[in-house]
Amino acid sequence: MSKVIVYYAHPGQKFSRANRRMAKVARGLDGITFVDLYAEYPRHDIDVEKEQARLLAHDVIMFQFPLYWYSTPSLVKEWQDLVLQHGFAYGHGGDKLAGKTFWVATTSGGSHDAYAPNGYQHYPLRTFLTPLEQTARLCQMDFPPPYVLYSALKADEEIEIDEHAAGYSRLLYALRDDTVTLPPASNNDVLIAADLDGFLSAAKKGKSDD
Amino acid sequence: MTDFLLLAFIFLIAGVIAVPIATRLGLGSVLGYLIAGIVISPLLAGLGVDVIAIQHFAEFGVVMMLFLVGLELEPKMLWNMRAKLLGLGGLQVIGTTLLVMAVALMFGLYWTIALAVGLVLALSSTAIVLQTLNEKGLMRTEGGQSSFSVLLFQDIAVIPMLAFIPLLAMPELMDIGADTSHAAHGTDAGHTDDHHGDDTHGDGHGPSLSLVKGLPAWAAGLVTIGAVGAVILGGIYLTRPLFRFIAMAGLRELFVAAALMFVIGIALLMTLVGLSPALGTFLAGVVLANSEYRHELESNVDPFRGLLLGLFFITVGAGIDFALLFGQLGTIIALTLGLIALKVGVLVALAYLFKIEGQDRWLFGLGLAQAGEFGFVLLSFTVANQVIPSYLADQLLLVVALSMLLTPALFILLEKVIAPRFVTSQEQEADEIEEEGDVIIAGHGRFGGIVNRMLRAAGHTTTVLDYSAGHLDMLRSFGFKVFYGDATRPDLLHAAGIEKARLLIVAIDGKDQINALVHYVRENHPQVKIIARAVDRQHVYDLFAMGCADIIRETFDSSVRTGRSAFEHLGMHPFDAELVSRKFAEDDRFILKEMALVHDADIPTSENQAYIEKSRALMAEHEAQIFGKSKAFDLQSDRGWRPPSEQDVHAVLSNHNGDA
Repeated sequence: MSKVIVYYAHPGQKFSRANRRMAKVARGLDGITFVDLYAEYPRHDIDVEKEQARLLAHDVIMFQFPLYWYSTPSLVKEWQDLVLQHGFAYGHGGDKLAGKTFWVATTSGGSHDAYAPNGYQHYPLRTFLTPLEQTARLCQMDFPPPYVLYSALKADEEIEIDEHAAGYSRLLYALRDDTVTLPPASNNDVLIAADLDGFLSAAKKGKSDD
Repeated sequence: MTDFLLLAFIFLIAGVIAVPIATRLGLGSVLGYLIAGIVISPLLAGLGVDVIAIQHFAEFGVVMMLFLVGLELEPKMLWNMRAKLLGLGGLQVIGTTLLVMAVALMFGLYWTIALAVGLVLALSSTAIVLQTLNEKGLMRTEGGQSSFSVLLFQDIAVIPMLAFIPLLAMPELMDIGADTSHAAHGTDAGHTDDHHGDDTHGDGHGPSLSLVKGLPAWAAGLVTIGAVGAVILGGIYLTRPLFRFIAMAGLRELFVAAALMFVIGIALLMTLVGLSPALGTFLAGVVLANSEYRHELESNVDPFRGLLLGLFFITVGAGIDFALLFGQLGTIIALTLGLIALKVGVLVALAYLFKIEGQDRWLFGLGLAQAGEFGFVLLSFTVANQVIPSYLADQLLLVVALSMLLTPALFILLEKVIAPRFVTSQEQEADEIEEEGDVIIAGHGRFGGIVNRMLRAAGHTTTVLDYSAGHLDMLRSFGFKVFYGDATRPDLLHAAGIEKARLLIVAIDGKDQINALVHYVRENHPQVKIIARAVDRQHVYDLFAMGCADIIRETFDSSVRTGRSAFEHLGMHPFDAELVSRKFAEDDRFILKEMALVHDADIPTSENQAYIEKSRALMAEHEAQIFGKSKAFDLQSDRGWRPPSEQDVHAVLSNHNGDA
């Protein structure tokens, strides 16, 4: 069993479809800590000690957010700036997070095709996440392939979003139960819901009730 | 009765006319009083007034001044001054005494007389120097602090001198003295014997009552130590309950009475055990320097100090014996100038030794060059104890008075001739003066208390004024430094240092008091920034009209927070609740500011055309919000988080295709 914490960061939740559904699913999972960052820190007044204690108490740190301007919503950056102190997360004596897993689950408005050298986003989506990847590396954490929903604005709630949220739930359970073994993402990969079957087959067999 | 009124009127009118003229001419108030005294001296002589008797009464002003000086000096500061106090002060007194004595010996005086003359002339005038330093704002400069140390040492040194002088007595001198004293109008020898029936006046006058008279030395010592202990312990433990008891009555004049009672009582006690009342009240002042009643005491005693010192200076001017002066004009002036030169020499040498540099050296040297009021006291004491013959005492009295009279001239010399040469060093020092009480918080209730805690937590020095004794008790138990007093009173604001304050936070209750305070400070100290508490919208307009820029409605922010909390409980996402309440507060403040701009206290709102038009326009714009209709919040930030539309996506794609 691993301890999993989900940090959900979305400033405009009333406009959200995909993330709201994912959050709803994650919030209801047994044995998983769910934090709505914007609800907990509406005035960006992050409690550093509390957050560091949370990190110490968990093995898998999942950040779930919509991609805004090729990056996280601002509160996540604030959280990084304040919580990942040197001496704690990196630098001299900063090995408190070593060996943990830093996972990203994000949604993008652009399609899979747009995130390509000849698409209008010019780069693969994974490229925009390199600051987070390097952050994880500096903190000696694993950074597995992010779990991504492309074309989130066009996605049908009954079909794509449903599938993505269900996959999210399966992923989180598998992380909790240590039934997922993903290679550290050295390549420029991301995961989409359809990829999960391959990785989580073992978990599926193990868990008949899912 | 008529005599008293006439006398009081003469003194008052002389001061009221002469002092403003002297200050206008840049001569300072001390010289103004001295001139006033000289001018009225024929009149007083004609009326047969005993000027010296009045002077001894007025010397009580010196006692009060030392009490006030003590209030400004925390024990810690006094301890930090010890090197200067003993080093500078001690060397000044000893050096000047010995040099004066040497000169007197050259004039052929007997050594005991010469020594007594040295002691008398070594002292400087606390009254003139401190008054002048305060007036010119030089108290915090190095020269001012050094001068103060020396003056304090001298005031303390008077006590052993009073004990020592009788040992120099030479009874055979009195025969000569008695003969000449009649010729010299008997101004001096006479009055020490009859004490004017006043036990508390002045320093060192043999009291008619004494607690130590007839006691063996050890018992007298014990009683003396006991009295000093009583002053210190009483200051620490008894004043708070006493002042709290008085504060309960809520009558201002009772506080004045209590403050006077306090000072006079200590002076009396000190006189009874044969100590200097000035020293006693100074000690009491130091003890009370940390008290929350400090500023209240200060502002109550200060007017009496000012009046009495003024009276004292007038009597110095009036007491000049012109017959004797003109009879021996050359000698007296030569002696006076010689004395000043000698004292300047000693002081400048000491300043050199103690590395007091630039302008400060000359401030120190010239400022303390006169003989002082304690000189008068010691002179009469020496005559009474048959140490100095009275013909000599009368001459010395003139020298002392003349040297005091010349002090303002020395300060003018300093300002006009010497200071300009040290302009740069003066500028450098100006930076250092900023040290204490940068923020004054008026009112330490629910509102000001929080402000004070915040400022102190951030390391700011605050001076807190509050008028509720019950409040102060509670605050003191939390270790806050607060002072008792009504913040709307100009004298208390002055005592709290409004002239030097950077910021005034008006946190008192009540519209009228707040308005009075803001109005006074805006008019008289426009350089002080004000943050004012407003009771309601109308009050905001009033304060705005007074030129107050930072106005905080006392319940607005907590109401907005309550609304936000309600949103959260009703299920709104906390971040949305935050944004909506921010938006509400911003709009509300915008409307308030717009309305304040057109509001005019002199025109009733219903007749103020601009106000009505502006409110119509704003209402049209912000109708939903002002009247609390739903869907009032159009958040700019929402647009950032609202997903782009289909059209937006198309626009992006077509741009991209255009590029490619």
